[in-house]
Amino acid sequence: MELIIALAIGGLTGSGVWLLLRPRTYQVIIGLSLLSYAVNLFIFSMGRLRPNAASILPGANADISGFADPIPQALVLTAIVIGFATTALFLVVLLAARGFTGTDHVDGRRD
Amino acid sequence: MDILRDNLVILPILLPLATGALLFLLDDRLRRAKSAISLISTMLLIVLAIMLLVSVDGSEPGASVTRTYMLGNWQAPFGIVLAADRLSALLLMLGAILGFCAQVYSLARWNTAGPAFFSLVQFLMMGLAGAFLTGDLFNLFVFFEVLLAASYGLALHGSGAQRVRAGLHYIAINLAASMLFLIGVSLIYGVTGTLNMADLAVRIPTVAAEDRNLLEAGMGVLGIAFLIKAGAWPLCFWLPTTYAAASAPAAAIFAIMSKVGIYVILRLSLLLVGDGAGPSADFGNGVLLYVGMATIAFGTIGVLASQGVSRLAGYSILVSSGTLLAAVGIDLTNVTSGALFYLVSSTLTASALFLLIELVERARVAGADILAVTTEAYGEDDEEIDTEEEEVGLAIPGIMAILGICFGAVALLLSGLPPLSGFVAKFAMLQGMLAGQIETVPASTWVLVALVIISGFAALIGMTRLGISTFWTSLEGAAPYVRIVELAPVALLLSLSVALTVFGGPVMRYMESTAQALDHPQHYVSDVLEATPVGASSEEVAH
Repeated sequence: MELIIALAIGGLTGSGVWLLLRPRTYQVIIGLSLLSYAVNLFIFSMGRLRPNAASILPGANADISGFADPIPQALVLTAIVIGFATTALFLVVLLAARGFTGTDHVDGRRD
Repeated sequence: MDILRDNLVILPILLPLATGALLFLLDDRLRRAKSAISLISTMLLIVLAIMLLVSVDGSEPGASVTRTYMLGNWQAPFGIVLAADRLSALLLMLGAILGFCAQVYSLARWNTAGPAFFSLVQFLMMGLAGAFLTGDLFNLFVFFEVLLAASYGLALHGSGAQRVRAGLHYIAINLAASMLFLIGVSLIYGVTGTLNMADLAVRIPTVAAEDRNLLEAGMGVLGIAFLIKAGAWPLCFWLPTTYAAASAPAAAIFAIMSKVGIYVILRLSLLLVGDGAGPSADFGNGVLLYVGMATIAFGTIGVLASQGVSRLAGYSILVSSGTLLAAVGIDLTNVTSGALFYLVSSTLTASALFLLIELVERARVAGADILAVTTEAYGEDDEEIDTEEEEVGLAIPGIMAILGICFGAVALLLSGLPPLSGFVAKFAMLQGMLAGQIETVPASTWVLVALVIISGFAALIGMTRLGISTFWTSLEGAAPYVRIVELAPVALLLSLSVALTVFGGPVMRYMESTAQALDHPQHYVSDVLEATPVGASSEEVAH
């Protein structure tokens, strides 16, 4: 499972960075979205991958070795919400730039 | 009064949040009421910041008083905690003053140039206060995003093709930087298992040797995220364009945004990888020093090459960022205290300059700057104008004289010439660098000293050149129409710089105790980790 997750993060990051460096605004926003998926998976994996483990302890004296770390899950939720909001905002600016310059080039160039 | 005292640490976050939300709900036609509410709220924020500043400033030098506030009443490493010390209180006050000045300035016309101006400023204030006050790395990310989201709106305030294009780049860069921020934070969490800054300071020296590379990689990634925000070369190319495109009041508030990155770097480098961090001690100091010097050099060239005052202001922000980064990299207590003085002085200056630019530009025709520089470069003689000018000794209009004095004051502040605070700040820093045996000062410090002095000289050349072409050789005689509410904030910011010089002694003492407290973070750590939740302490008292 570690290998699959690592490949997924690597693939998403690689595609994200490549798209981020492209000259079209739509490619940039898709690149940023892919990057944020990669980062979310990365945060999640930092709590160690542990299949079939609950993240809530049943009592104060429970043995924590059988449970997943809940904090990265909470962090991922926060990061998803914030990433979603900022992507939406970026989309608005993208459309405004399209309206002002008449092109979808990031520098507003017509080519 | 007790409620106020107990909740003093969180009020600077809640007050702008409540005000911003309220202003969103009010109709845009209630313009006077909205601006009055917003201004009163920011004035209250300044008062709160001063109260916080007084309460964390212990009487004896070096003693650190950190006020903590447990959100959710959980003890420090388990719950998120806010921590206010001298540094956060100082920057909080600086941010509130800048916000106030920008809002007063916007009363003349900018607040009507787009929707929700005051709400955006209030949310920006909230993000600033949160970023300065939080004691938790992930919470810092959340407040950073609040700050940035509001700044996206403010960067676009007033709209127009140029702002939207610059805003597009600004948002893309900052979103990418936020990803790096998250990667760094999660790497640090993965190694240490905590996000609380004080707890991190305790755990980092004990990290196992095989995990240390991962931890340092995490801190490096986190550092890059903040270097982007601080505008360090080669991550700074977005900054001059964005700041030059932003409307005057927005740019005036942005003057402190790059300092937030510096604040985090300063705090984390002294808290997490200070002298007590075991094998990781002084991690990244060399990088900060050389990146800082490169930033000063790049900013200096930019200042000399600028064909307009707004770009010059952007590059002067880079120079100040570079100076501060290099000062953090040198990691001497005396340099840090001088750098803190410089931080306050240069932020006030940059803010005043951004407000001043718009007033000055009103007197000029579009493209006059480029024309002036071209004339300079090709030596095109202006005899033609001389023959047309029949009056001898044409009087400068009164308003231009006032603007000229302000412009001159900013030039003195930027270049670090006496008698204003820019000189005191640079002198304090240079004195700290060259303290002790002159033979033991390393070569890199000498290079930095030279760079700081040259950058001041370049600022003087750049400002003088643009000042001459603005105030003395304006082709059209029409005086700009400037309202008193636009001039007052500039005057306030500049008089604060004067006050920094006049009260240099007490201010410097405050900066010195701040630097000492930062250099000995064990007080901060114990204050945060040993704070008891509210209910528990009263029970203990009862027993």
